[in-house]
Amino acid sequence: MRKINVLFALGLLIPFTVAANPEEKGRGVAEEAKQRDIGFHDYSASMEMILKNRHGQVSTRLLRNRTLEREDDGDRLLILFDEPRDVKGTAFLAFSHRVGQDDQWLYLPALKRVKRISSNNKSGPFMGSEFAYEDLTSAEVEKYTYRYLREETLNGTTSHVIERIPVDPKSGYKRQEVWYDQEAYRMQKVVFYDRKGDLLKTLTYSGYQKYLETYWRADHMLMVNHQTGKTTELKWQDYSFQTGLSERDFDRNSLKRAR
Amino acid sequence: MNRCVLILVLLTGWPLLAQAEWSGSFSLEGLGFSEHGNEAIQEDQAFSLAISPEYYREWRQGDMSLTFRPFYRYDATDDERTHFDIRELTWQMVADRWELRLGVRKVFWGVTESVHLVDIINQTDLVENPDGEQKLGQAMANFAWIGDWGTLDLFLLPGFRERSFPGEEGRLRSSPRVLAHAARYESDEEEQHIDWAVRYSHSLGIWDLALSHFRGTSRDPLFVPHEYENVDLAAYYAQIYQTGLELQAAIGGWLLKTEAVYRNGPQTEAYSSLVSGFEYTFGNVGGTGLDVGVLTEYIYDQRGTAADTPYSRDIFAGTRLALNDVAATEVLIGAVVDTGGGGTFFNLEAERRFRNGWKLSLENRVFTGTSHGDPLHPFRDEDHARLVLKRFF
Repeated sequence: MRKINVLFALGLLIPFTVAANPEEKGRGVAEEAKQRDIGFHDYSASMEMILKNRHGQVSTRLLRNRTLEREDDGDRLLILFDEPRDVKGTAFLAFSHRVGQDDQWLYLPALKRVKRISSNNKSGPFMGSEFAYEDLTSAEVEKYTYRYLREETLNGTTSHVIERIPVDPKSGYKRQEVWYDQEAYRMQKVVFYDRKGDLLKTLTYSGYQKYLETYWRADHMLMVNHQTGKTTELKWQDYSFQTGLSERDFDRNSLKRAR
Repeated sequence: MNRCVLILVLLTGWPLLAQAEWSGSFSLEGLGFSEHGNEAIQEDQAFSLAISPEYYREWRQGDMSLTFRPFYRYDATDDERTHFDIRELTWQMVADRWELRLGVRKVFWGVTESVHLVDIINQTDLVENPDGEQKLGQAMANFAWIGDWGTLDLFLLPGFRERSFPGEEGRLRSSPRVLAHAARYESDEEEQHIDWAVRYSHSLGIWDLALSHFRGTSRDPLFVPHEYENVDLAAYYAQIYQTGLELQAAIGGWLLKTEAVYRNGPQTEAYSSLVSGFEYTFGNVGGTGLDVGVLTEYIYDQRGTAADTPYSRDIFAGTRLALNDVAATEVLIGAVVDTGGGGTFFNLEAERRFRNGWKLSLENRVFTGTSHGDPLHPFRDEDHARLVLKRFF
């Protein structure tokens, strides 16, 4: 435990000794958040996605999520679809890369076919929800440029507010504003601006819980689309860390048999 | 007493049943033709229903599993279309460096959209849909060896499956028709001939590639006059050797796809065929969530007009619209045009979900401009629409 504290202290030192201008200070916050999450190795969780349109009509999706941490590159993500029943058995695999486009595949069980997805699809809605593919795949530090905006009190805690601008021109966002609490560097809120620079969506995190005494994960996320009035709620359950997942659980072979 | 036994069985059996998982689908289908068939006996409308449940059970956190998926279709008019098949009955074992599967399965190979040249493991269940995408279950032993260098799959394929063909009253068939269960074979072992295949596949950054080789009974029949009933045709299955290449690159919004095949055999003159093209996606057009894909593929067969496929010098062009809405609405519109001045085949496929677990899909297929000698010419009056209502459970 002491060792971890020392590492955290070092992690704190690195960004803030060099954080002279807003760009470096902003990136420093993102790096610090990343630094505090290093070493989880892998985790799995199930999620319930609740879609609501402006008339209050509700539809639900059940998904399972597996993530593998990679030391030398972006994380790997496998999403398994359970409901609606017509997409049961469908699986989505993404290899995030710190630099360059991500690799993405989709497995279609009816055809027994693994299809590659071009990276232009990243800004589109995931399963008709207010989450885009790019909101769900790994947000590597290198995928944005940063600017420190201000300190602000949010829900009673002091937060760093930073602006991040996607490096990829195919992103659906011109920029985002992110609130990290200063205590544990957990994302509390993200405000998304569309390509025209207009306010698009707000994502709020709540119900943070600590796993393995180190890794914070939110039980609840709420995405509100200000332009359409639609919302998507994500309820996370059954988080388990270091379950023994390996690269073999995130390859194209595993995509075909993942359950 | 009986009740006691039943309760005992339920109590002891419950943990087993509880670990198992049932899912599947039930569908109603209506098929309508704009014109009469070549023969008066052929139907103009067809109604059918199909059921396909799936049983799945796993052990050792999924490292060992059993899947059983039977399929049954009842067709109100075509006896040949009323059929049962075991689509899947597979025992699977997964280890760190290998995977082993024994039983009946479906395996898909390929990257292109218009035709599937390389795909050869399973026989086409042609009565299901003339697009050839529906397959009959194939018995196999499949060992996959997996490393950082890719995946090497070995297949042993006993028990050849004959292609299904529409019956006398069915549509989308040749005239004279191909008689079912009358197949003839080049090999003396007939359908008992054991085929084998090997495939190496790998993903390297933006590249997906695969090389495969197959030796055994061709899945694509030739047609010969039937021995006794000379008015009808019988399917003839030759012995072939096929080497296939699949190559795909994802560069930004582009997917570049190529499949190539070299095929020969003791009685089959060597030939090559190729399909190559691209798919470009305009993602999230105008921030609406709509994805528009533009697809073009060129299909080439060295045999030209002598080929047993209608597509030998053809261009496929199409567009795929995905609304990415709650109903997952998708539309695919495409056409295959013969560059030799032959016919054109139009295809429209649309589907959307409603409620939780229902899906409605529509297919519309039109054959135009064919002339005598064109393999699509017998289908000139077979323009049709198919409406399917599917319930998933």
